[in-house]
Parts: sequence; C-alpha cells; structure tokens
Amino acid sequence: MRPLSPQLAALRARLTGGPSSRLPRGVLAVVLVLLAVVPLLGFSVPGLMPGPAAPVNSAGTLQVLGLCLVFAGVAVGYDVLFGRTGLLSFGPALYFALGVYVFDIAISDWGWSPGPALVLTLASAIVVALALGSICLRVGGIAFAMVTLAFAQAGYFLAQSNPLGLTGGDTGLVLSSSRLPGFLVGVANTPNLYWVALGYLVVALLLAWWASSSAAGLVWTAIRDNQLRVEVMGYRPFPFKLASFVLSSVVSSAGGVVYLLLVGTAAPTSVASTSVTVSILVMVVLGGAGSLWGPALGAMVYVYLQQYLLGFSGLPAFASLPGPLRIPLSQPDFLLGAIFILFVIFVPGGLAGLAQRLPRRASHVKEAPS
Amino acid sequence: MSTFIAISFSGLALGAIYFLVASGLSLIYGLMEVLNFAHGAFLTVGAYAAWVTATHLPASVSAPERFLVAVVVAVLAGAVIAGATEVALIRPLYRRPVSQILVTVGLDLVVVALLLGVFGSNSQAVPVPSWLAGATRVGPEILPNADFVALGAGAAVLLGLVWFLGHARYGLIIRAGVENRDMVAALGINVRRAFTLVFVIGGAAAGLAGILNSVVFSGALVSPTQGDSLLIFAFIVVVIGGLGSLWGSALAAVMVGMLQDYVSFYAGTGGLAQMGSISVVLLLAVVLLVRPSGLMGEAR
Repeated sequence: MRPLSPQLAALRARLTGGPSSRLPRGVLAVVLVLLAVVPLLGFSVPGLMPGPAAPVNSAGTLQVLGLCLVFAGVAVGYDVLFGRTGLLSFGPALYFALGVYVFDIAISDWGWSPGPALVLTLASAIVVALALGSICLRVGGIAFAMVTLAFAQAGYFLAQSNPLGLTGGDTGLVLSSSRLPGFLVGVANTPNLYWVALGYLVVALLLAWWASSSAAGLVWTAIRDNQLRVEVMGYRPFPFKLASFVLSSVVSSAGGVVYLLLVGTAAPTSVASTSVTVSILVMVVLGGAGSLWGPALGAMVYVYLQQYLLGFSGLPAFASLPGPLRIPLSQPDFLLGAIFILFVIFVPGGLAGLAQRLPRRASHVKEAPS
Repeated sequence: MSTFIAISFSGLALGAIYFLVASGLSLIYGLMEVLNFAHGAFLTVGAYAAWVTATHLPASVSAPERFLVAVVVAVLAGAVIAGATEVALIRPLYRRPVSQILVTVGLDLVVVALLLGVFGSNSQAVPVPSWLAGATRVGPEILPNADFVALGAGAAVLLGLVWFLGHARYGLIIRAGVENRDMVAALGINVRRAFTLVFVIGGAAAGLAGILNSVVFSGALVSPTQGDSLLIFAFIVVVIGGLGSLWGSALAAVMVGMLQDYVSFYAGTGGLAQMGSISVVLLLAVVLLVRPSGLMGEAR
C-alpha cells in the first residue's frame, strides 16, 4: 500500500478513530494472551460462576467462556455493518443460523469432513448475503431494519418447518461427532474448543480491523456519517454497503460454526430467532458501536452475565428469595434489557466510550491547577 | 367454494388485526421516523390487562359485560404504556434517531421478561362470552363471530382514523407533521404534543389488537411472546403498504392476511407448515424489487 500523505493519515486517524485508536495494541495483545492461557488455570476463583466452586479450566466454566468468545466474534462482525457503515440490520441471526445449520447438515447428514463443510458454509453465506443484501439495500434506514428482520424471520420459520427433513423442526439437530477430528469431541477436549473460539475471535478482530482501515472502510465510515456527501463525491454507496453486509454476514456464519462445535446442538429458538439478533445488538451497543474492541467486550460481558444469572436462578437458595427480588433476577433479559436502556440513554459510547473518557478526565484534572 | 369463502373471511379478519398493529406503527413512523420495536410489547400488555380484568371482576358481572370491560381496559393499558414510553424514553432522545429505536428494543426485552417473570411462560385463558366463540349463518356460509368482531374493529379504527386525520384539529396537525414536521413546528404549533398523541393512539390500537388476536386466533389465550410474533408481520405490512401511509397499511394488511391464509391452507401441508408465513416475506421481497417505497408510500 502506498504511504498516506500526512493530511490523509490525519483524516484516517479521525475517521477510523474513536475508542479503537485509544486502546494501545499492546493492551489488546496482553488481553489475548491472558485469554489464551485460561484453559491452563487449574485453580478456582470464588464467585466466578454460581454454585459450588470449580476450577477455572473445568469444562462447564470453559464452555461459558468459550460462548463469550464466540459471541464476541459475532458482535465484532455485526459492528462492521452497524457501527462502521451505519446500517441498522435486524438480520444477523439469519447468518448465524445459516452457519449452524449448513455446517451441521453437511457433517451429520451428508457425512462431509469439516474442511469441505466449512467451505460450503462460508460459500453459502456469501451467496445468501449477496442475494438478500441486494434486495434489502434497495431501501434505507428504518425500512432496511424492518426488511432484514423479515428475512431473518423467514429463515426462522424455514428452520422450524423442517423442509425435506433437513433441519429437524422445533427440536433442531445434534452435531454428529463421528466425522469430527478427535481433538474437538467430548467434554475432555473443551479446552481445544475454547481455543478454536478464541482463534475465531482473533480472526474476526483482524478481519474487521483490516477491512475498516482499508480504502473501502473509509468509504463505509463516510457513508455512515453522510451518505449524500459520498454520492456527491461520485461514489456509488451500494457496492460498498453490499460489501459491508456480506463481510458482516460471513463473520456471523463462521461464528455459527464455532457455536455449533462448542454447544453441539442447533435449535431454531436458540440460534435463529429474533432474540438472537436482539442479543447481538445489545452486545454491540453495550460495548460501544463503531469501536473495534468495544463490541467484543460488550459481548463477553453480556454472555457472561446471562449465563451467570441463568446458573444463579437454578440454585436451591434462589427459591427462598422474596418475590420482588426473585422475579426480575429469574429473567436475565429483564436486567440486561434495563442495563441496555440505561446505556442507550446515558452512555451512548458504550463501555469503550467510558474507557475513552476516563483517562481524558484524569489528565484534564492534572492540568487544571496551572 | 364454501371452504374458499371461509378461508378468505378468516384471512380478512387476520388482515384486520394486522392493520390494528400496523396503523399505529405507520403513524408513529410517518410523524417521528421512529421504528417502534416495543409495539409488540404494548400489544401483549393490552392482552394481559384484559386477562387480569376479565378474571378479577366480581362474579355478578355477566360474561358479555365482563368481556367489554376487559377490552376497554386493554385499550387503555395500551394507550397508557405507549404514552408513558413516548414521554419517558423517546422524548429525551429526539436528536438521536438510532437510539430511539434501540431504546424501544430494550423496552420490549424488559416488558416481555417482566410478564414472563410475573405470570410465567404458560398461556392464560381469557373468559369470553359464548356468543363470541360461536358462528353465524350468512346465506349458505357459517362464519365465526370472532372474525366479524375483528373485521368490525379494524374497519372502525380505519374509519375513525380517517375522520380524525381529516377533520380533527390534532389529526390535521399529525397529518401535516407527516408531510413536513419542520414546517409545522415553524408555524408555531407544538408538534411534540402530537408525538405523544400518535403514541397513545397507536398504543390503544395495539392494546385492542392484543386482546382481539388472542380471542380470534389463539383460542382466547394470552402469552408473553404473542406481541413479538405479530409485530414482525405488522412490520412487513407497514413496508409493503408504504411507510407512513394509512390506506397503504390497510390495503397491505388485507393482502398479507389473505395471502398468508390461502398459502397456509392450500400449500401448508407436509414439510412446509410455515409456508404461509414464508410467502408473506416473499411478497415483501417482490414489492421491494418492483416498488421500493411500498404500494402507496412516497419515495423519501
């Protein structure tokens, strides 16, 4: 790539700026290394998960943490479309479910090996995203949100209605382990699955970072900020938006594959329903839309809280809590939804925005006496 | 032939329910450009309010009166929660359109979770008068009374809104606001009061839709998630009809309701039980390819 002129470099820094540029790469690397060694930690951290204390690298805890990583990757992919390009899609569940189902059907029904199954999954994600993206992007703004939602719901209905006996209807599918390599099968191999999830997150982050800082990424940001101006400058926004749509969808589908490996089953309500889309949206907004690592952080916090509350409400001591405390706590969505509303109103930049504001305020205080 | 008429009639009734939900969404969008994701929650709250009322009225109240009171309470509950939403959550975010949508998404999560927590995930039965569960002979056909009620409610709300938007002072302000909000504000008219009003009207219609949907299509059962499943079809109706167009919503609601019923009945056997719902999404795709602004919407 040709080196940028100082003006252009400054412009890029401003456009791609926001929280992502504030987090030193060293910090991100340290966090990733820390995440990588988690499966080696044999001690237990009190209160990490509800119930009796288990080592950090126990299968149950690692599966929850693995889920955090999967959804972190999915959120990073979704944010390419929402935070970076400014397109509010209500359809990520469709591509997530597509990844889950196509991979599962190829492996369990057709007996493919994982490599070709993954290629097929990603290829079908690209084809579906190109086709539906072309239709959805004929409308903008609010209508785009509604139309992506409608297509996602059609995908949900399709999975529910079990066409040709492929999707297993409401009960869904189980991933057949006979075609998978041994190191990905069984509870004893949960650390490997955790590392696969971490690898997926790293790839998603690198892809999103690379795409956002490319020339096309600059146009995405410009479309988000002022589409009319982009058109006046002689660009056609459509191919750029479609590229963003496809990239984001493919990352979601890949996330679906990793989710399937980790969880082992595919059911319409847990992978294809609107609530999946809404969770992804909540994760991204909690973390900070448009910042590279914010959505990943938001997703980890969201999934961890959700799993924690679910585990907590299953404890015997929980039933003895008084009603006004027990009812909201038994519904993770209630607390998460309330936190989400508060963030939308009071913390529009999400966690990433908060992190960005704190150091600034500190330095401001230091300068004040002079 | 008689099956065909029965299916058409039930599709028409389904369309009437869709219209009740879509009219509010469309008005809210037309005036404020807010996609109200919590509209499904308003609907569910209306249905639950009706259920609580109908099961808690003293035994001396007769069945028809009990049901009428429940319907009125559903309408009021929908109106109140919608009005409160506008004042408490939408109003502080006027300059942030995406945040307005997000906040309604959060509200929907919270309300549905609260209903689940308080009333449980099981469906609850609303007691209805026996007449409502019966059928009436019209010529050679025997048609369910509940369908008549849904159709009547849809038509009454449509006519009421047409009158209101055409003749009442606030109706005219709303219509002018849909055309050009800034101009109305520039003329010194308080558009914000109209904002609250469209939410109240939309919420009232949603509350009515909530209880009628239960009675007509769910065997008088109310459930915490009923609003969200209906909401998606209402979104489709609004886009097909053209965002902000009342007549467009009415036309699209009837089209979608009837198409869904025909396809479910004639093609919904075997492995494709959900074909009726899928066909509606296909109709949406076709309309968007041919006319992206919807049947009666203006290009924005």
